[in-house]
Amino acid sequence: MPNQPAAPFDVAIIGAGVVGCAVFRGLVLAGLRCVLLERDADIISGASKANSALLHTGFDAAPGTLELACVRAGQRLYEAIHERLNLPLLPVGALVVAWTDEQLAKLPAIVAQAHSNGIPDVAQLDAAAVRAREPGLASHLKGGVLVPAEAVIDSWSAPLAYALQGKLNGGEVRFGAEVTLGTLSGNVWTLDCTAAPLLRAGVVVNCAGNYGDIVEAIARPSPFAIKPRKGQFLVYDKPAYGLVSSIILPVPTERTKGVVVTRTAYGNLLVGPTAEDQDERGQAKVETAAMEALAAAGERMVPALAGVPVTTAYAGLRPATQFKDYQIEALPERRWITVSGIRSTGLTGSLGIAQHVLALYEQHFGALAPLNDPVWPTVPNLTEALPRPFMQPGRSEIVCHCEMVTRGEIVAALAGPLPAGTIGGLRRRTRCMMGRCQGFYCTRRVVELAAGHIENLVA
Amino acid sequence: MRSVTIIGAGPAGLTAARALAEAGLRDVLVLERNPVAGGLPRFCEHLGWGLQDLHRFWDGPRYAAELVRRAAGAEIRTDVTALALRGDGGVDISSHAGTEAIGSRIVLLTAGIREMPRGPRLVSGTRPWGVTTTGAFQEMVQAGLPPCRRPVIIGSELVAFSALLTARQAGLRPVAMLEAGPRITARRPADAAARYAFRIPVLTRTRLLEIKGAERVQSVVIERDGLRRTIACDGVIFTGRFVPEAVLARDAGLAIDPGTGGPAVDNFFRCSNPMVFAAGNVLRPVEHSGIAAREGMNAAAAILRSLRGALPAAPALPVSVAGALRYVYPQRVVPDGRPIRLFGRASRRHAGRLRLLIDGETVYERAISVLPERRMSALLRPEQLAGRGAVTFVLD
Repeated sequence: MPNQPAAPFDVAIIGAGVVGCAVFRGLVLAGLRCVLLERDADIISGASKANSALLHTGFDAAPGTLELACVRAGQRLYEAIHERLNLPLLPVGALVVAWTDEQLAKLPAIVAQAHSNGIPDVAQLDAAAVRAREPGLASHLKGGVLVPAEAVIDSWSAPLAYALQGKLNGGEVRFGAEVTLGTLSGNVWTLDCTAAPLLRAGVVVNCAGNYGDIVEAIARPSPFAIKPRKGQFLVYDKPAYGLVSSIILPVPTERTKGVVVTRTAYGNLLVGPTAEDQDERGQAKVETAAMEALAAAGERMVPALAGVPVTTAYAGLRPATQFKDYQIEALPERRWITVSGIRSTGLTGSLGIAQHVLALYEQHFGALAPLNDPVWPTVPNLTEALPRPFMQPGRSEIVCHCEMVTRGEIVAALAGPLPAGTIGGLRRRTRCMMGRCQGFYCTRRVVELAAGHIENLVA
Repeated sequence: MRSVTIIGAGPAGLTAARALAEAGLRDVLVLERNPVAGGLPRFCEHLGWGLQDLHRFWDGPRYAAELVRRAAGAEIRTDVTALALRGDGGVDISSHAGTEAIGSRIVLLTAGIREMPRGPRLVSGTRPWGVTTTGAFQEMVQAGLPPCRRPVIIGSELVAFSALLTARQAGLRPVAMLEAGPRITARRPADAAARYAFRIPVLTRTRLLEIKGAERVQSVVIERDGLRRTIACDGVIFTGRFVPEAVLARDAGLAIDPGTGGPAVDNFFRCSNPMVFAAGNVLRPVEHSGIAAREGMNAAAAILRSLRGALPAAPALPVSVAGALRYVYPQRVVPDGRPIRLFGRASRRHAGRLRLLIDGETVYERAISVLPERRMSALLRPEQLAGRGAVTFVLD
C-alpha cells in the first residue's frame, strides 16, 4: 500500500450527515487528527438533506433520555456559536395547537412535561390568545401551548459550517468513500473504503445514519436495526410565508409528532412531515396521495393556504430503530463509538451529540488537547434573516430569480475547501433552482456555471 | 419621478415601451432581470414570430431583437430585478448598485409566464436530474447542454410539440409524448406530424404515475386504460400548464384571479390598485406573442389616458364566469362608450351555448362546440352596460 499514510488518523468518522459533520468538527477542535468519510459526493446526501429545519428546545422529548440531554445541549451550543459561523436563528417560537376537546385535554400534560424537561417558559394559552397570535389559523382551534424558544434555522448551512470548520482546522474529508470492511489490529483500525486506499485510524465513530446498522456490523453484530421512516413535505410559495408566524405543531400521538406548519428560513411555508416506515434506505419518493393529504391537512389548519401555489415537495428518511432513544455508546475494546438511531432531532441534537462523543472519547481513548486558536470560518447566508448578496452594491448577475441567487454565490459554492459535489449539493449551498419556477428560468445558466465542476449534468 | 416604469422586456413590455415613447414620453423605463432584453422568444429558434404585430415571419431571436430595437425611445435597463411594487406606482429594485427605490407615477407589469414545473403537479417518485420544463430544456439545447437525450414529454399543448421539434432538431430522441385527456390539446395536425414525421408515439388517455431513478431519470411509470407500464427514458419534460409570473402582484396585495392565476384587471389593464397596470401573458395562461404585444400597445394607450387624468374610474362592473369556462378577463369593466371584448377559455370539452348575461339577463348567445383550452371571446356593447350591475360569461 504505497499511499498508506505513515501515521494513522486518531479518529475516522463514517458519515457526513449533520451528526457526522458536528462530531468531526468537535473532535478536530479537541485536537484530534480526524478524517470524515462519506460514501456520496457531498455532505448531507442522506437523512440530513431533508427535514423540517427546526431548532428544538426538547420540551416534548421523553424525560431521562439521551435525546433530551443532547437536544438541550445542542440547542444551547447552536445559540452560542451560530453568529460566529454566520448561521441564522429565527426565534419564532412554537405553538402546539389543539383542534379537538380531546387534544385540549392533553395540553396541561405537555406543559408539565416541558417544565420538568427544564423549559420553564412554556405556557398554555386559551383559544382567544392563540387566535390573537395566529390570525391565519382556522377558527375552530380550541387552545394551545406556547413554546417561546423553538426556532427555525437553515438545515443545509449548519452542517456545511461544521464540516468546513473541521476541515479548515486540519481535518480531512473524503467523498466517494464507502466503508465496506474494517479490521482492528492492536490499537488501529484498518478500513477498506471504495475508490480509496486503505485507511488507518485509532478510533472509529459510526455516524452512518440510515446505514448505521450495516456499518455497526463492522465492529459487532448490530444490537439495533435501522428501519427508515419517511417524511414527506410540501413547500408553499413565498406569499404563504406570512400566513403563520410561529411553528404550528399538532398535539402528538403515540406514533408521530404529526404534521407541522412552519416558516422556513428561506421565506417559504412548509407543511409536513408524513411518517411512513419503509425498507429502502437510499431513496425517498414523494407520493401524489400523501402530498394531496398534506395539502388538505395544511388547509384545514391554515385555510388561506388553499390560495397559494405549492413550490415543490420533498421527502426525507430518518434513521429510526426499534428503540425510541438515540443509540450512542463507546465500545472500548473495539475502539469504536456508535452514534446511531438519531431519529428526528439530529439537526438540533448534533452539537450536543458531538459534545457527548468527546466525553466518551476522553473517558475511554485518551486525553484531549483542544486547539488554542481555531479558525472560525463563516458560511454564506442563504436566509431571509440576514443580508443576502443580491442586496449588496457590486452584486453579480442574478442567476436564479425566484430565490435571488447571484452568479457569485454559485461560483463560490463550486470552489473552496468544500465545493458542491452534486447538483443537489449546489442547490443546498445556494438555493438556486429551488424556487417557484424550479429551474424554468435558470437551469441553463446554472448548468453553464457548474458543468466543469459537477459530473453528468449534460447528456 | 418617472411617468412609467415597465417590469419585463418581452413582447408586451417592449411594445408598450415603444408606444409610450412614440407618444412623446421621454422618461419611460423598462426593467429586465436578465442580462439581455427580449423575453422568452429569444430561446425559440423556430420561425413564426412577428406575424401578427410586425407583419414579419421571423425566428424568435430575430423577433426579440427587433422588439428591443423598436423600443429604443425608452430606457431599457437589463440585469435589474424588481423586488416589490410600491403602492404609489414606484418599484423597489436590485441592480449592480444594490437595492433602491424607483419613483414613477404608473407601473406596468409585463412579467410574462412560465410553465408549471413538476413540484406543484405533485407527481410521485424520486427527484433525479433530468426533470425539466420546455423553456429550460430549449435554453439548454440551444446552449449545447442538453440535460437528457431520450426524454418523455408530458402534455400536448402546442409548446409540447415545440419541445419535440427542438429535441429532434438537436438529434435527441424523445421516447413518447403523454396526454391524460382523450385527444391532444394542440390542434390535430401536430399530432400526425409527431407520429408520422418524427415517429414519436403520442399516447393519449395516458397518465404519468411515477418518476424513477437515483441520480438521473431512469424510467417513468405510466397508466393507460388501467394498465401500468414502465418506459425507459433519461429525462422528463413537463410542458405547458402555463402560470403567470405574478408574484410581484400577489406580494403587493393586488387582487389575483384564481382562474387565470394573474392579477385581475379592468378593460384598461388596471389592476386593483389604479397605479398598477398589467398586460401580456402575466394576465393569464399563455397566448402567443402577437396578442401579448397588442395588449402592450393597448395598455400603453390606457396609461397615456390615465396620465392625463382622462381614464374613467367608475362604475366598475364585476365580470364572472360560469359553466365550462376556466376564466374570463378583464375581470372588471368600466364603461366608457366603446365596445369591450371579454376573453375566456374552456375548461373542458363542451358543446352548448356561449352566453353573455348582464344582471342575469342574456344579452348575447351563440351555439358553440369546444375542446379543452380553446379560447373564445364576446363583445359587450356600451348600450348593454348603461346603468347595469354584474356581467357573467357563461358556457353551458
